[in-house]
Amino acid sequence: MTTWTLSGALNRALHDSLTADDRVLVFGEDVGVSGGVFRVTDGLQTAFGDRRVFDTPISEAGIVGTAVGLCFAGWRPVVELQFDAFSYPALEQVIDHVAKMHMRTRGRVGMPITIRIPSFGGIKGKEHHGESPETYYAHTAGLKVVVPSSALDGYTLLRHAIADPDPVIVLEPKARYWAKEDGELADGAGIGAGRILRDGTDVTLVSYGSMVARAREAADALAEKGVEARVVDLRCLSPLDDELLQRCAEETGRIVVIHEAPRHVGVGAEVAARVMELAFDSLAAPVQRVTGWDAPYPPASLEDGYLPSVERIVAAAQRTVAY
Amino acid sequence: MAASAPDHPAERPAHWAGSEPARILAPDGTAVGDTAVGLEPEDLRALLRWMVLARRLDQECIALQRQGQLTVYPGFEGQEAAQVGSATALGATDFVWPTFRELAAALVRSVDPVQYLQYHRGTWHGGPYDPRATRFGPICIPIATQIVHAAGYALGQQLDGTDAASIAYFGDGATSEGDFHEAANLAGVWRLPMVLFCQNNGWAISVPTAKQTAGEIWRRAEGYGFPGVRVDGNDVLAVYAATREALDRARRGEGATLIEAMTYRIGAHSTADDAGRYRADPEVEAARAFDPIARFRTWLLAAGHADEEYVAACEREAEAFALEVREGVIATAAPPAEWQFDWVYAAPPATFERMRGEALA
Repeated sequence: MTTWTLSGALNRALHDSLTADDRVLVFGEDVGVSGGVFRVTDGLQTAFGDRRVFDTPISEAGIVGTAVGLCFAGWRPVVELQFDAFSYPALEQVIDHVAKMHMRTRGRVGMPITIRIPSFGGIKGKEHHGESPETYYAHTAGLKVVVPSSALDGYTLLRHAIADPDPVIVLEPKARYWAKEDGELADGAGIGAGRILRDGTDVTLVSYGSMVARAREAADALAEKGVEARVVDLRCLSPLDDELLQRCAEETGRIVVIHEAPRHVGVGAEVAARVMELAFDSLAAPVQRVTGWDAPYPPASLEDGYLPSVERIVAAAQRTVAY
Repeated sequence: MAASAPDHPAERPAHWAGSEPARILAPDGTAVGDTAVGLEPEDLRALLRWMVLARRLDQECIALQRQGQLTVYPGFEGQEAAQVGSATALGATDFVWPTFRELAAALVRSVDPVQYLQYHRGTWHGGPYDPRATRFGPICIPIATQIVHAAGYALGQQLDGTDAASIAYFGDGATSEGDFHEAANLAGVWRLPMVLFCQNNGWAISVPTAKQTAGEIWRRAEGYGFPGVRVDGNDVLAVYAATREALDRARRGEGATLIEAMTYRIGAHSTADDAGRYRADPEVEAARAFDPIARFRTWLLAAGHADEEYVAACEREAEAFALEVREGVIATAAPPAEWQFDWVYAAPPATFERMRGEALA
């Protein structure tokens, strides 16, 4: 049994992908000598050389646009955009080109690009270091979007993302980088599959990223109150695991979605709509959303009141049970 | 570069003010520089042929748009020398990153014009030609974004150790975009084998170059750590020579070059644009005195590299070519509806396939 942090497991995934495919390149700001601000690329430049693992200027559109050109030349770029809010300068490249080039070339030129973005809040970070950008990416056809919640699954998802023939956005929860998990790294479930982390029959708590751990805490608290909650880790926001959502709605009749992102047009809205479309007759209560507020991400001192708390999750679950 | 001479009439386009562009042929077709640019007479004649074919096709495209056979079409009249001269300088493995106005360059690169025009016919985004086979990237409308792709492709060539280079086309307006800066900066830092080819045609839709940028575009290269040159973009020999030199530098591992080709957009921004709202006819008429085709034709005939019969044959070929492309465009039908789903993903998710089924039911 080995103990992994998410940062360490992602590092191993990059290492193993660089080893497995000599067309894989890793680049971004501070990923080379420094090993990345969250150490996810630590040691890779030493191991693979500065031709395959290299630093870039501070140039997010340049990083992603370079990846597009590299794909035309047959490379498989894995890029890091250092923080959620700093991924926005590259949005034009992501939306106009990365997401569409395979279609525009009628499949002649693929975009097997992996864009890693340390994301979300919960680390008492500075302004622009705690945002949840998932809706921007998940709303764009042609992209796949994954969010690991734990070390072992981080390895699995990143390996799949790099091997995938389509562009994949990997939103890595900063708050979980140093969380430990025991086990062995494995290929595991691919992109598009969610997973059940705790079974229950009364209500399903659906979440992703760092909110998965909080949902599990909430499930423990609910169990003490006699409510058996199932905990689902979506893993992948685009595509969503429709079958799993439908099954959970049918089997538990109640759904609570939890995410850090603001509620308005968040992933929770999509989950609620799909559950309604796929299993309306099975629902015993309206879907509840426990989310960040529709306000800019707050300063560190107010962060705890912004992020979904165990108490808010428990209260929402209890509302569905009492409905 | 060949020597240049300040031999233009006073009414040259306003945005040509400042540094004198490198020039081999004066606007009246007399040689003012070294015409031995390394092209055989056959290649020199081909420069004229491509420019004549391109201009005639451009006229045909505008007609096709007026007749409802194309959607909005962006003409390039006046820019034939800038495109044909630079594209002719490219090696077979060099890769072109165009904007939406490089049909003349596309012709030189053997891109099927009917396939190219599917973009403007509204039957396919990007253009359905094979970018890898033609070494001509998809038509790119988001301004300046393709310059970064050119940098990435050049990096890929550098990593693979090939001697291929990238050339990115863009306009004067694109140099105001962040992506221009990011690409140029990467090209400098990484010493990329690429040519940044600016066609300064004086106008970004309705905004003149003077309101776009306060300095001379070619001078920016110094700040990025590589050479910049200003060339008469309506002098096909000077454009060819400058591009060839830039490509040679790239192949020698000496990095990027910024070329500012001074030209003029005779037509409107596109068929959807009314240029009369922002510029006066006399300006356009004055610019016609710098016509790139007349200039080169005059010299080619005077130098004895072609005769009147060759010129007439080019014009006859252009008529037949325009007709052939017209028929091809009109014969191009809308693609089947399922094609809008076929290549969204290389590995389509099940949820996506269900929506496809719903849409096509």
